[in-house]
Amino acid sequence: MKANRYIFWGMAKSTFIHIFLMSVALTCLFPIFWMVRCAFMTNDTVFVDQSIIPHHLNFGNFALAWTKGNFAVYFVNSVIYTVCVVTGIVLISSLAAYSFSRLKFPGKNIIFYLFVAAMMIPLPGSFVALFVLMTKLHLINTRFGYILCMINVGLSMSILLFKTFFDKMPHELEDAARIDGCGKIGIWWNMAMPFARPAIAVIVIFNSLNVWNEYILATLLLGDSQLMPLQRGLVVFQGANSTDYPVLMAGLTMAAVPIIIVYLFMQKHIVKGLSGEVIG
Amino acid sequence: MDQKAKAAALFKDNLQNFLFVLPAFSIFCIFYIYPFYKMINLSFYDWRGIGPMHFIGFSNYQELMGDRLWWNSIGHAGYITLIALTFQNALAFALALACDREIRMKRFYRLVFFIPPVLSEVVVGLIWNWILNPETQNGQYIGLLNHFLYASGFPQLVHNWLGDPKTALTTIAIVNSWKGFGWGFIIMLAGLQTIDKQLYEAAKIDGAGAWKTFTNVTIPMMLPVILVVVILTILGCMQVFVLILAMVNEGLVHHTDVPVTRIFSAMQNTNRFGYACAQAVIFGMILVSVSFISKKLSDKAKQV
Repeated sequence: MKANRYIFWGMAKSTFIHIFLMSVALTCLFPIFWMVRCAFMTNDTVFVDQSIIPHHLNFGNFALAWTKGNFAVYFVNSVIYTVCVVTGIVLISSLAAYSFSRLKFPGKNIIFYLFVAAMMIPLPGSFVALFVLMTKLHLINTRFGYILCMINVGLSMSILLFKTFFDKMPHELEDAARIDGCGKIGIWWNMAMPFARPAIAVIVIFNSLNVWNEYILATLLLGDSQLMPLQRGLVVFQGANSTDYPVLMAGLTMAAVPIIIVYLFMQKHIVKGLSGEVIG
Repeated sequence: MDQKAKAAALFKDNLQNFLFVLPAFSIFCIFYIYPFYKMINLSFYDWRGIGPMHFIGFSNYQELMGDRLWWNSIGHAGYITLIALTFQNALAFALALACDREIRMKRFYRLVFFIPPVLSEVVVGLIWNWILNPETQNGQYIGLLNHFLYASGFPQLVHNWLGDPKTALTTIAIVNSWKGFGWGFIIMLAGLQTIDKQLYEAAKIDGAGAWKTFTNVTIPMMLPVILVVVILTILGCMQVFVLILAMVNEGLVHHTDVPVTRIFSAMQNTNRFGYACAQAVIFGMILVSVSFISKKLSDKAKQV
């Protein structure tokens, strides 16, 4: 009798928990579904047809967004920026972290703590000064300028993460490589980088998200529509065609889907990165 | 080897080792240190972005102290942050607690709850802007929410959520929470999973009920993690800007301004670079002191 009651309450509890979790999960997914759904409608149907699955699917919006909406250019730009910035961050920050961890030079600790301090101090309005600087350097409206700025954004955190990994690397590995005739660069590339592969995964995923989704600096630094990334392009498109919802939703889908796919594949590393940051 | 050759070798070695850091250090100096200095420096000038610069001492700061729009904007960001701290974090914690057990589809939930955080603020803002659309066509509401409210028999609830100054900020704050709770969820779930299960067993043997266990085991063990989430939430939400831009696009005069909006508009709309920098400096100081206080609190909590 008592056992039965126990099982009953256990099941009621687990059902309740599932209802709670499932309703939140639906709240997360539904707006995204709605975006995709509306991307398949036309300007005539999108305002009147409120059924969950539209009666008639229209694939033309993606083509329209891609050509007329200039999204082909935006998309390619976003890919270029993300690839360049993330590659730059991984190379530059791992080189620096290797030196901080394993090599000696005067002033090393001061420079390292400058990077750590930069991570602690939020600079919400530094984009004003950055804009002034980039104008002075004639790097406004250049891909190169934007890429350098974005590399700087991810640098501190990546150096710190790389350094914690390099600190754990066994000295025997290095010694063996040195005996085999590896120089410092050789050790960094052949020993340290493969050893830090988990760190690289975390750094790549978080910085890719950050660059792909960045808006403020892209707005300030890139006025030429041929150089704009997706996020900026979406706002420009919305400003110019505020009522063309199906094409806008197609554009949003194009901006959202790649990042969701990357996330689904790299999800393990995101969880690891976030929990590591807190506990480690 | 004589002394000189040794010194030369050491110098060469040091130089080589420094060269590893050089790319990172130069980017850091140019794009972080210099703007940092320039921001403080410019805040003492009256400057329109081009032309002559006039040194005006603390005038920008004096004006800022009496700028009602500026302090309102801080209040708005504070309101959004407060909703995130209470509603969003409570939801995240509840979800983390619900997932911290042997439960089916745990991986699915964990996967889904982190989808809104990986989307950009522009995408989230524009999706919700569409869902919250207040307009009608042929007597039908075209925005999903109003259509749903009307169709499900609550026509009195139909509302111009983003157009009405009374509800705009709360609506934004809720969308902001929708986008943000996944962060807290993942971090808190990871924290819960590090709690030693023996502590729960011990509590059970001591005859503690579910609530007692929660307040005496879970909460104290989770305090450091909760404080990290609190700091991240404050720093993130105070700087919210793009989401608001995407949702209302300056449609509401000053009712949904946040500090970054003010800095942006001082710079872009009125070309007052010095004033924008003064705002940025004050805002940065507010953020640093808030995170400093929270850090101190969390250190204290860890000691106990």
